[in-house]
Amino acid sequence: MSVAVDNTIDARGSACPGPTMELIKAMKSSAVGTVVEVLSSDKMTTIDGAAWLKKVGQELVETSDKGGYWSIIAKKIK
Amino acid sequence: MPKRIVIIGGGAGGTITANLLARNLYRQLVSGHVVINMITDKAEHVYQPGFLYVVFDKVRPDEIVRKQKELLDQNINLFVDPAVKIDKENKIVRTQSGKEFPYDYLVIATGSRIVPEDIPGLKEGGHWFYDMEGAKKLRQALKDFPGGRIAITVGVPHKCPVAPLEMTFMLYEYFKQKEMLDKVELFYTYPINRLHSLEPVANWAVPEFEKKGIKSETFFNMEEIDAEKKVVRSMEGSELNYDLLISVPPHKGAPVVAESGLGKDGWIATDKKTLHNEGSDSVYVVGDTTNLPISKAGSTAHFESHIVAERISSEITEGYSETEYDGKVICFVETSFDEATYIWFNYKTPPTPVPPSKMIHWMKLGYNRLYWLSAKGIL
Ligand SMILES: Cc1cc2nc3c(=O)[nH]c(=O)nc-3n(C[C@H](O)[C@H](O)[C@H](O)COP(=O)(O)OP(=O)(O)OC[C@H]3O[C@@H](n4cnc5c(N)ncnc54)[C@H](O)[C@@H]3O)c2cc1C
Repeated sequence: MSVAVDNTIDARGSACPGPTMELIKAMKSSAVGTVVEVLSSDKMTTIDGAAWLKKVGQELVETSDKGGYWSIIAKKIK
Repeated sequence: MPKRIVIIGGGAGGTITANLLARNLYRQLVSGHVVINMITDKAEHVYQPGFLYVVFDKVRPDEIVRKQKELLDQNINLFVDPAVKIDKENKIVRTQSGKEFPYDYLVIATGSRIVPEDIPGLKEGGHWFYDMEGAKKLRQALKDFPGGRIAITVGVPHKCPVAPLEMTFMLYEYFKQKEMLDKVELFYTYPINRLHSLEPVANWAVPEFEKKGIKSETFFNMEEIDAEKKVVRSMEGSELNYDLLISVPPHKGAPVVAESGLGKDGWIATDKKTLHNEGSDSVYVVGDTTNLPISKAGSTAHFESHIVAERISSEITEGYSETEYDGKVICFVETSFDEATYIWFNYKTPPTPVPPSKMIHWMKLGYNRLYWLSAKGIL
């Protein structure tokens, strides 16, 4: 991983509100410059999360397969 | 020296936990070996899911309010005196009147609250049904509504994730009964890219929306409201005009949590199984104020209360505790004025909704009355 993560949210097994909502919540409440990671047991989070980050103009740092679960890392840039 | 249990917050989670503890530890309480002090900030207890029905005149406001004292076991000491500081280092809770409550076990159940002020223009331009005042104002606004577009917007995070959908379906029924469907457009929005967090619920809602002519936009997160022009702007860059705006404002935890350094925005780091405040064996967290990535719902608070009461009782009487929370949540979903479905899930089992039926709707109506037995720790 190239960037140091400030805040990891373990949303594995979260059916509701779910990992994508956790990503939105974390990005909304973080200060500019914060790097947020969300862990999910659903691969779709990496796709949905990336799509949302693009829509709102925030930075997708990386997505990765952790073997049995997935990680999405984002940076709040504005 | 008795074991002192302090519970902060006399809502769903705090009340159920307190009453279960009083039952489990009855002997220790009457013999003076255990003391339970509940600290809350209101003398009245409100059944919040009832707000949805107040909006549509299905329930009178006074039907969903009881005196907190009457809900509590008589062996529990009640103090209506808001907590202003939780001092974990010295194991003391301080209240507004200056009292100090030392504890051996602390249960924090201070819930969540709406913060419409966090979205510019929302207080001025929007309605909501997440508190009694808001529900009554919305009830009147609906009675006066001549027709036009009703926008439904959802802030993040929020409690009761099914309420925005329920509100939308109930609005449809309301205007159908008033024979105004030709004059009203319902426009539902949602923060993520489907109609609901729970995928099966989202999938079920798509054809229902189509059948009912309910419009929608997903990936829609309120950024600001122009109350004069009646426009909602989203973080994603779109604009939505409205004639009546019904929103679920974003939520935060209680100020005392953040002010005591226990969690940003009032969300407390909680162990998903033991429900301990992380790093602290004497502090438990119940209900909406946890930082757990699960639904902020009364049922969550209810199931967590059973775990926490069991753990504290067992620690006091047996010297250990093993009961763990499995993430169980159950939610009824009203799909009209006379049908409902329900979903349940936990950390390991995803939800599978059952087809809506009249029977489930009656169960929900029944539960609305039986809630007081839940609060008392009986149901
Ligand atoms: C419109 C609506 C519909 C809903 N529908 C459903 C539903 O169908 N199913 C479902 O399961 N859930 C539903 N809920 C959610 C449910 O009501 C909450 O999730 C539940 O009440 C959470 O319980 P709690 O104990 O964590 O918080 P609460 O019940 O909110 O209790 C918190 C208590 O702490 C007190 N408090 C706060 N700060 C302090 C302080 N400093 N000192 C002392 N006391 C303090 C508050 O006054 C309050 O009494 C709904 C909620 C709303 C608003």
